[in-house]
Amino acid sequence: MSTTLTIIFSGAVLTYAARIGGHVVLSRFRSIHPRVEAGLDAVPAAVLTTLVAPAAINGGPAEFAALCVAALVGFRYSLMPMFLAGAVTIILLRNIF
Amino acid sequence: MSTAFSKTSAARNELRDGALTAIPVIVAAAPFGVLFGALAVENGFSVFEAVLMSATIYGGASQMVGIELFGQKIAPWLVVFSIFAVNFRHVLYSASIGRLIRNWTFRQKAAGFFLLVDPQYAETETRAAMGKPVSFTWYMGLAAPIYVSWLTETWIGGLFGRLITNPHALGIDFLLPIYFLGLVMGFRKRRMWLPVVGASAFASIAAYQTIGSPWHVSIGAVAGILLAAMMPLKPRTGPV
Repeated sequence: MSTTLTIIFSGAVLTYAARIGGHVVLSRFRSIHPRVEAGLDAVPAAVLTTLVAPAAINGGPAEFAALCVAALVGFRYSLMPMFLAGAVTIILLRNIF
Repeated sequence: MSTAFSKTSAARNELRDGALTAIPVIVAAAPFGVLFGALAVENGFSVFEAVLMSATIYGGASQMVGIELFGQKIAPWLVVFSIFAVNFRHVLYSASIGRLIRNWTFRQKAAGFFLLVDPQYAETETRAAMGKPVSFTWYMGLAAPIYVSWLTETWIGGLFGRLITNPHALGIDFLLPIYFLGLVMGFRKRRMWLPVVGASAFASIAAYQTIGSPWHVSIGAVAGILLAAMMPLKPRTGPV
C-alpha cells in the first residue's frame, strides 16, 4: 500500500476510535458524577473556543475585526447572518487595505 | 394503521428537520471542502485519494493538517499522529452524545459515531437542549447531506480548485474560525459559559505560542472543562 493510503487509513481508524471511544469508556459507569457532568456540559464551548482564539490573536486587524463584527451580530441573530457578516467584513477589509 | 401512518409522518418530519438543519452547515463548510480538495491535490494527493480521505477520516480540520504535513514531507507516523491529535476532542463529543442516544441499536450507534463531526455534535446538543428527541432518523437527516456534500466538494475542489487564484482575498482561510465562533456563541446560555470560554481561549493561545499546533486544541479544551468541573456544584433543580 502506498504511503498516502497508509496515512489515510491509519488516520481514519484512529479518528473512528476517538469518536466511539468516549462513549465506550463512559458507558461502563452506572451513573455519572456531577462534576464529570459539569465538565461534559462545558465540552463544546471549550473545544470550539480553541479553534477560534489563536486565529483571533495571530491574524491581523482585518481578521480581528471580522470576528468582532461576527460576535456582535451573533448576540442578536442566528448562525447564518452572523457567519455572513463576518465573511463580508473579512473580504471587504482585505480588499480595501 | 393510523398509528403506522402517524409514525411514518413523524419520521418524515424528523428527517426533514434534520435536513433543514444541515443547510447552513453545508453552506458554511462548502468553501472548506473545495479548498481541501484543491490543497490536497497541490500537496501530492490524487483526486481519488483526496475524496477517499474525506470519506474515511471525515474531519475537515484534521484533513487540512494532514495534507499540510504530508506536503512538508513529514514522517508518515507523525502525520497520522497529528490527525489523531486534532480529532482527539471527538472522545469528548462521543462521551457527551452517548448519553443522548442510549435507545439506539448497536449498528445505529456505530454509524452515528462515525459521522460525529463538529457541527453534527453542536446541532445534536442544541436539539437535546431544546427538549426535542435525538432520534436516529433526525440524526441521519442531518448527517447524510453534510457527508455527501463534503465528498462532492472535495471532488470538485480537486478538479477545479486551481481556478481560485486568490483565496486570501476571498477570506477562505478565515471562514472556519468565524463559523466556529458562531457555534461557541450558540452555547452562551449554558452554565459557566463565559469562564469556560475565557479559560479555553487563554490556554489555547498560550499553548499555541509555546508548544504549538495542534496541541493548543486539546490543552485549551482541557483548561475550560477542568474549570467547569472544579466549580462549586449547584443543587440540581430539574432534569438535565
